[in-house]
Amino acid sequence: MKRKSLQQLPLHLMLLPGVIFTLIFSYIPMLGIVIAFQKFVPARGIFKSKWVGLENFIYLLDMPNTFQVLWNTVYIAIMKIIAGLIVPIIISLLLNEVGNKIFKRTVQTVVFLPYFLSWVILGGILIDVLSPSDGIVNKFLGILGIEPIFFLGDDKVFPYTMVISDVWKNFGYSTVVYLAALTNIDPGLYEAAIIDGAGHWKRTIHITLPGIVPIITLMAVLSLGNVLNAGFEQIFTLYSPLVYRTGDIIDTFVYRIGMVNAQYGVATAVGLFKSVVSFMFIMLSNKLAYKYAGYRVL
Amino acid sequence: MVIRETTGRKVFLVFNYLFLGLVAFLCIAPMINVLAISLSSKSAAAGGLVKFWPVDFTVDSYKYALGKNEFITAFFVSIKRVILGYFINIILAVLTAFPLSRRSTVFKWRNAYSVFFVFSIIFSGGIIPTYMLIKYLGLLDTIWALVLPSAVSVLNVILLMNFFRELPNEIEEAAFIDGADYWKVLYSIYIPLSKPALATVSLFILIGHWNSWFDGILYMNKMENYPLQSYLQTVIVTTVNLTMSLEEMEKIQKVSDRTFKAAQVFLTALPILMVYPFLQKYFMKGLVLGSVKG
Repeated sequence: MKRKSLQQLPLHLMLLPGVIFTLIFSYIPMLGIVIAFQKFVPARGIFKSKWVGLENFIYLLDMPNTFQVLWNTVYIAIMKIIAGLIVPIIISLLLNEVGNKIFKRTVQTVVFLPYFLSWVILGGILIDVLSPSDGIVNKFLGILGIEPIFFLGDDKVFPYTMVISDVWKNFGYSTVVYLAALTNIDPGLYEAAIIDGAGHWKRTIHITLPGIVPIITLMAVLSLGNVLNAGFEQIFTLYSPLVYRTGDIIDTFVYRIGMVNAQYGVATAVGLFKSVVSFMFIMLSNKLAYKYAGYRVL
Repeated sequence: MVIRETTGRKVFLVFNYLFLGLVAFLCIAPMINVLAISLSSKSAAAGGLVKFWPVDFTVDSYKYALGKNEFITAFFVSIKRVILGYFINIILAVLTAFPLSRRSTVFKWRNAYSVFFVFSIIFSGGIIPTYMLIKYLGLLDTIWALVLPSAVSVLNVILLMNFFRELPNEIEEAAFIDGADYWKVLYSIYIPLSKPALATVSLFILIGHWNSWFDGILYMNKMENYPLQSYLQTVIVTTVNLTMSLEEMEKIQKVSDRTFKAAQVFLTALPILMVYPFLQKYFMKGLVLGSVKG
């Protein structure tokens, strides 16, 4: 017995650096959540700042745009989740019907590229092509006789611009995941179906689609954890005061209140709300993922 | 087996090719357009003449960008963070993944450690407490603020762990009989056997560090400490993030150097574009690794 625990010492030593870094940079900030209940002044730190109880939360409830921000976040996030599920399924099913290997690979390569570029790069590109005066998109719409649309400056359009550009960046990833799942379907099933006289359409409905339902379920369930993630890096790069009404989300709101206006307590209170709600959704989604797909994170 | 194609099927196939071709084109068109703008003359770009091919071809914007001090300084900050961050990340990922890949019957603390790491990714203190910590540690405006908070990348740890688990347990048992300890097993057996997985994780880490920019904006007060992507972020948002009327905004957008911005966007994306062919291949592998369940 004693020998066995001696042997395990190297394992603990290997984990030590990772544990230390995680304690410092993940767990200490969790304790820093007490800032949400203080009138925090950086020079005094968390030990000497004044405690104010729930004052920061009450202040938030009285602020007119708190609920607007919450609504914007959920609205954009849910639209992104739905579009991010449907588009890759359709594209991967269509790609699966393509016989020409070179064409298939080319399409895959092209649609996957934006996934690896940061929102700064894609933002720089979007700001240029979506410009109402010189952007190629509005130039093209002009040819069709459509008035220029201010995709990034009109608050009625902004949320949809975010959803579509998010699909642009990310759908290649899920498409590749689904295509990988499609190649795992037993070819024998198709052969049997052909002998039974099933056409392409019937084979898609009865073999292909059921074949990827488990992975679709898993992706859907895991995306539940993102209901409050409307995409900080994207919106922070692309929004402006013109679109705060519909485009301001929890994360950008926290950044402005905290880092720009230095209302640290209030910003942390909002952050705490987000962390707690997100945590509950992630727990729920992992429970469901385990139940329906046998999936476990670690 | 001869498969007869019906007319309906043929029509579908034609439309399918056309549709997918269009989707692929729409994905890449914005990039080609801005690339063409970056290679066009200032007046052609300002006049909105550029579509998908440069007009009055010139590399002046690239020369100008590469001659600009801020750009070069930011580039070297990025290089520094990528190299430093890479070594910290990969070493910690291997050291963390290996013990976690042991079965909990052998290493009975395994599950406790894994809960500890998983909790750190599903709950967070938020940006204000994290910022305050970095501030009190005196890391603001230092390169450490960009590499230490993300030192343990749990997702890469999970990927490596799943790969280590796939290796047969008999290796370990045989090593013990030969008198080796866990350090020796990791160093002489697991690492050499895991080269494909390590290559995949390495690429992810390098891309991740090259692409991150918000930490630079958050933790760096001085512009000269910005990595390239953070610097580029401030360059591209300057015209949209101000409170001004639509007319003013358009005027500024017109006089602002459109080709110069476009060139900087592509210079910053260049390293990713160069490794992209490898990335795609390794990513597929990573996907297979990641999907393996214990």
